[in-house]
Amino acid sequence: MAIEWYIVLSAMLFAIGFIGVLVRRNPVVILLCLELMLSAGALSMLAFSRMLGDQDGQVMVLIVLVVAACEVVVGLGLVVAMFRRRLPLDVDEMKELKG
Amino acid sequence: MVEVAFFAGATGAIGGAIAVVALRNPFYSVLALVVHLVFLAGIFLLLRAQFLAAAQIVIYAGAVMVIYVFVAAYVGGIEEPKFDSSPQLRIIGPILAVALFIQISIAVLGSSLTALGTEGTAKVEAGFGTPEAIGKLMLEDFLIAFEAASVLLLIAAVAAIVLAGRKRESKAS
Repeated sequence: MAIEWYIVLSAMLFAIGFIGVLVRRNPVVILLCLELMLSAGALSMLAFSRMLGDQDGQVMVLIVLVVAACEVVVGLGLVVAMFRRRLPLDVDEMKELKG
Repeated sequence: MVEVAFFAGATGAIGGAIAVVALRNPFYSVLALVVHLVFLAGIFLLLRAQFLAAAQIVIYAGAVMVIYVFVAAYVGGIEEPKFDSSPQLRIIGPILAVALFIQISIAVLGSSLTALGTEGTAKVEAGFGTPEAIGKLMLEDFLIAFEAASVLLLIAAVAAIVLAGRKRESKAS
């Protein structure tokens, strides 16, 4: 399997996650779509790591896993806080910070 | 054989990703993401990243998705309202995404990296991608990144408690 195939698959997964972030309005689903984009990035990094025969890319992916876990924890904490304050769970309704 | 495995994994991963975006109920979206991550771990195995495939399943499909399931259940099955307030984004979003995909594909396939058309370097060390090799790299070459990641995880745990925890004052009064 040529490395190109993996990169194209990663681009496709990234684009699907991008659609989700733009189109969906539930913050939980938007976080899920961010996970999709992060894992697409991880896939491309692993593909390049295989291409060069160098394992540094794999360590990078492990760090990306850690950052993704932190992002999930903080994001879901925000969702729970929104729910507690009875704010609508809809990113279009959250207009307070809009100029 | 590798081709069959790759296309099976790719089909599952793309199907899972589309299901995440398309399903209305966030709970089903979470389950679709688990399917996606399991297929993606299979593709990681084809790229000789055994340790990361296992870590992907244990950390993501195991731990992180459990948090998602709990939050989706806690927040309740809010059916997403119809896309009435931003119909324009619903049209522009996919167009932008297709443009992005085409752009990345042109940038990658049109580059002069000849190694992209190969299966990667033929001379791969015997222990490529095993836990031993990754652990050795992490604790020798990337020690600072490793320590920074541990501090980041601690900060995130504290942040989650601060954000989602109950207020003390309200309990006392």
